[in-house]
Amino acid sequence: MPPPIEFQVRRRTLLAGSAAAAVSAGFTGKAGAQSGATPAGSETTTVSLTVNGEAREVTVDNRTTLLDALREHLQLTGTKKGCDHGQCGACTCSVNGNRVNSCLSLAVMHDGDEIETIEGIGTPEAMDPMQTAFVENDGFQCGYCTPGQIQSARSVIEEIRAGIPSHVTGDLTAEIAITDEEIRERMSGNICRCGAYSNILAAITQVAEESA
Amino acid sequence: MQFNEPAGTNLFDSATIVGKDHTRIDGPLKVTGAAPYAYERHDVVEGQLYGYPVGATIGHGTITAMDTEAAKAAPGVRAVVTTLDIDPLELGMNNVARLFGGSEVMHYHQAIAVVVADSFEQARAAANLITVSYEEGEAVDYSLDAAFERMEGTGEPDTQYGDMEAAFSDGAVTIDQMYHTPGESHQMMEPFASIVDWSDGGDLTGWISNQMINWTHGSLATTLGINKERVRIESPYVGGGFGGKLWLRADTVLAALGSRAAGAPVKLALPRPMMMNNATHRSATVQRIRLAANPDGSLRGISHENVSYCLPGGRGENATAQTPLFYASEAMHVKNHLAEMPLPETADMRAPGEAAGLMALEIAMDEMAEALEMDPVAFRLANDTQVTPSNPDMPFSERHFAECLEQGAEAFGWDSSRPAPGSRREGDWLIGQGVAGAFRGALALPSGARAAIENGKLVIETDMTDIGTGSYTILAQTAAETMSLTMDDVEMRLGNSAYPVSSGSGGQFGAVSSSTGVYAACMALREKIAQQLGLEEATFADGQVGSGNERQSFLELDVEAVDSIQWGDFMGEFQKATFGAHFVEVGVNVYTGETRVRRMLAVCDAGRIINPVTARSQVIGGMVMGVGAALSEDMALDTGRGMFANHDLASYEVAVHADIPEQEVIFLDTLDDVASPLKAKGVGELGLCGVAAAVANAVYNATGIRLREYPLTLDLMLDQLPEV
Amino acid sequence: MKAFSYEKPTDAAAAAARAAEVEGAKFVAGGTNLLDLMKLQIEAPVHLIDVNGLGLDEITETDEGGLRIGTLVTNTTLMADDRIRRDYAVLTRAIAAGASGQLRNKATTGGNLLQRTRCPYFYDTAMPCNKRAPGSGCGALSEGAFSRQLGVIGTSESCIATHPSDMAVAMRALDAVVETVTPSGNTRQIPLEEFHLLPGDTPEQENALMDGELITHVVLPAPVGGVQSYHKVRDRASYAFALVSVALIRQPDGTGRVALGGVAPKPWRSAEADAELPNGARAVIAKLLEGANPTEENAFKITLAERTLAAMLKEA
Repeated sequence: MPPPIEFQVRRRTLLAGSAAAAVSAGFTGKAGAQSGATPAGSETTTVSLTVNGEAREVTVDNRTTLLDALREHLQLTGTKKGCDHGQCGACTCSVNGNRVNSCLSLAVMHDGDEIETIEGIGTPEAMDPMQTAFVENDGFQCGYCTPGQIQSARSVIEEIRAGIPSHVTGDLTAEIAITDEEIRERMSGNICRCGAYSNILAAITQVAEESA
Repeated sequence: MQFNEPAGTNLFDSATIVGKDHTRIDGPLKVTGAAPYAYERHDVVEGQLYGYPVGATIGHGTITAMDTEAAKAAPGVRAVVTTLDIDPLELGMNNVARLFGGSEVMHYHQAIAVVVADSFEQARAAANLITVSYEEGEAVDYSLDAAFERMEGTGEPDTQYGDMEAAFSDGAVTIDQMYHTPGESHQMMEPFASIVDWSDGGDLTGWISNQMINWTHGSLATTLGINKERVRIESPYVGGGFGGKLWLRADTVLAALGSRAAGAPVKLALPRPMMMNNATHRSATVQRIRLAANPDGSLRGISHENVSYCLPGGRGENATAQTPLFYASEAMHVKNHLAEMPLPETADMRAPGEAAGLMALEIAMDEMAEALEMDPVAFRLANDTQVTPSNPDMPFSERHFAECLEQGAEAFGWDSSRPAPGSRREGDWLIGQGVAGAFRGALALPSGARAAIENGKLVIETDMTDIGTGSYTILAQTAAETMSLTMDDVEMRLGNSAYPVSSGSGGQFGAVSSSTGVYAACMALREKIAQQLGLEEATFADGQVGSGNERQSFLELDVEAVDSIQWGDFMGEFQKATFGAHFVEVGVNVYTGETRVRRMLAVCDAGRIINPVTARSQVIGGMVMGVGAALSEDMALDTGRGMFANHDLASYEVAVHADIPEQEVIFLDTLDDVASPLKAKGVGELGLCGVAAAVANAVYNATGIRLREYPLTLDLMLDQLPEV
Repeated sequence: MKAFSYEKPTDAAAAAARAAEVEGAKFVAGGTNLLDLMKLQIEAPVHLIDVNGLGLDEITETDEGGLRIGTLVTNTTLMADDRIRRDYAVLTRAIAAGASGQLRNKATTGGNLLQRTRCPYFYDTAMPCNKRAPGSGCGALSEGAFSRQLGVIGTSESCIATHPSDMAVAMRALDAVVETVTPSGNTRQIPLEEFHLLPGDTPEQENALMDGELITHVVLPAPVGGVQSYHKVRDRASYAFALVSVALIRQPDGTGRVALGGVAPKPWRSAEADAELPNGARAVIAKLLEGANPTEENAFKITLAERTLAAMLKEA
């Protein structure tokens, strides 16, 4: 089947192929150089957070992400840094009851917020049902994406029960069932390179059924 | 302990712990975020500073100048070390790209500077202030197709027997095709990360993320030019490796150099966008496979040539690895070529060789089955062998490939008279099924451990790592079994260069080697216990030791033993390998060409399965990686610049939850008493081998479109799909 | 990331005025794209104005029977809203097809429209890019560059980047209008059609906002009914940017609207192409992608767009 239109392929330019091209640090451009502008106020901020039910105050460089505030300042390292760019989900934690990528949020923007990390969900001695289900179903291997998977897993059940639709939801106006397909789609923001996906699905299904 | 003859009957044949399901003993720590990975060791040393790397931004060439003044003057900066500040560092074991030092740029994002600052944010900002001038190297032809054309037929064959010309002459059914596999990146979830304390330039301690403690221990000493005795490294939890963390990498070197320069411990993780070009990857391959068969399906000839790229001294990706061993054939010609190119370093990624090789060979087998009008399962069965094809005097220790195919066909519901390609449709989806064989060698390496009774516990120490493979659990099972204790009696300590040297984790050799090492140490401990108690003919049962009716507990003793396993020469009389069969059903959208896997089955012949829970996870994980390799993973080489352009996790697409359907795994209950005292072999890489080809064959069955280039993306199919 | 100062105003007009007044200032809402870009120093504001205190987080009904969506309404809230699901299903479908649950919980309506391209040459600051560093060249148009994901139409010699949003494609099909407040306190309305700019010689100018101007709302006209669908085609099944996406609103009489994502620097729609809808997918795409100028690597998007629309027309 030929394309619906005829078209011309765009011409490519040849790179200067030979030696002696001097390249500098790169092309950060206008935004990068920002022509000598300087911050208009303090570069640090004191933020009050409730973390796992406990009031915490932390003074951070404004650049500090919520993830780094947790990991480096509060030393709650259960929340993982996988990519630091919102592309893997390892940093997933709960802010005011919603799961978010903590790597793509500044700590300074969370003053007064309630944060729940994996440490607040359960401990090795007293695991939450989802944590137990992950162990029972071997829903992880290296364990690095696991806290984020568990955070998402708990949220996914809540989100389905709250009627929030997903990409695979059929009728947008009907009640949404907790199906394998719904869980898989909603968990897709959490990458597991070890490939424990089907065991994670089993763990989530187990918890969903137990709590039905 | 020497393993000098086939295992014979031993305690593992009546095991109650080994071979049984056991959830991971490190599980509760991992699911609660309490397992500490390398970058998270706040407690190990005071005053940690933050390091941030700078990568080269040309494909290859020379650095002519670096300006670090602004970086050094930036807030919080404690030290800046550039590659021009020091002589080229020695290469560590199996490194071919220099990790640091000197002005030569061998590949894009090679580390050229480290900035150390009080905070991560300060270090990152300062790193961006460094400017670099380069003289770019000569333009390079990065075409692997061109390299194949140049190199095909040259050099001494790696395997050559029989009369190839006759094999492909009169009466033979033949196929002759080219296959392409792309570069693949490990992209383990935990980035390369280290904390290193080399504050005084004397003794060095590293808390790192690494699969091979002993190799890396030595490499770090070599690279930094210090005595190995002065170096200690720890890696108790590793957030995935897949071969990417077999070697010393730039994160550890930069943290060390930064630590020495700043006079304080330094923590550093490679930013994700730098990982793909800085670290190692699986080379792309171009392969030509020619097969000749008799009309009855028996293979007359196999010719397989492969080319991959590497830096000088590198190993590329030997996609022919399995070919001399997998199928019987009257004649064979196998040759692996290496094309040197100034690209990021190519080295081992999960099932190096076989992973890329089977992606091609198992499509070729499917094509040949079709040419013969045979069922692809039957065709493979017809070419099974119990001996090395080139050397009939060397048998396989155990080989149950045929059972894998047969049991798999049965369990999957494989229909040998399945619909013709492109004829099964459900709604907008064309449905197809595919099969592929799996092969992966069964290596074993020397491996040691210390077993001791301490404070009422059996303590096992070994530098073995657990990269998600389940080492903690299977080694505890092995120890508990050998000592007749319970799992609760065992305390495992892994991943520390202070412990006895193990095999480490890689090449599918970890489980078999390290479990045997622990077995050796425990058997030595049993002797020590018997000696200490003055027992002759001591037997261990139910947590007690004794001879005759005199039994006593031994957990109150203070006793230890160190031993390792050494593998005997007799093993060289056998081919040792693992086998499998993958069955896959896919749907291909008739409009868009999107391929989605609908169900998967793997049948594995890998000796005794020490722990079916963790072994199954290894296999399904391999299958997931195989789906990514089949459908989306592709390091996009900018051939004008010699760099991989899609260097983050948004643009290098690994499989996500929604890509993975129902998966089933069957382990054959085969025992291999040549492979190890446990009669076990590895399984962690077998799960990946052949998966992508099974997907490709299923796509063909669904659509009638034969793709020989991965990933099998829709753009390769659109113009051949049915009119809409 | 460069050091920056931070403030969180409570009044939209004041926020806009501040943004115009402080050199190097930038608004932040969800931050899911901005933070990503700041880490790479593709964006380097020295002052951040957090707009989350402005209260623009409600969806209200307009006198015209449409909906007025506050700029801070998250993607999750927007797609889950009963009125959106019922009357603007294409929007729910488009948002649900984008990003991940976590990102949608954070990403906002206004921010989504302001997403920047995912072109790998834009994302690597060592590469030339006219959008990031005007005058440095287009990294994606050099010999041997990787351009499979990039644009086929509306592009220029300077830039072949695509706009990555799914939401915006549906908004375009719905004739959404962007409402803003300017630094001088005036409000203005910009039809989405005019909101995103084509690159031409100035790919760094991506939208019609003036310095400091702040999106306050996005207004949807009264529901247009029809069967509404959104089909996103990508290599993996989820959590990936579109190769091609199609937003379709089809009326019982066969007329309707089509907008494409993944092919152009902005959501791609034309009245002429809409008019071809009764004549089928081939006619629509032939009109809509007339003058396309793809690279060899991404020319497949033209056929893919046709086939995707064909699949949708069969359903609708």
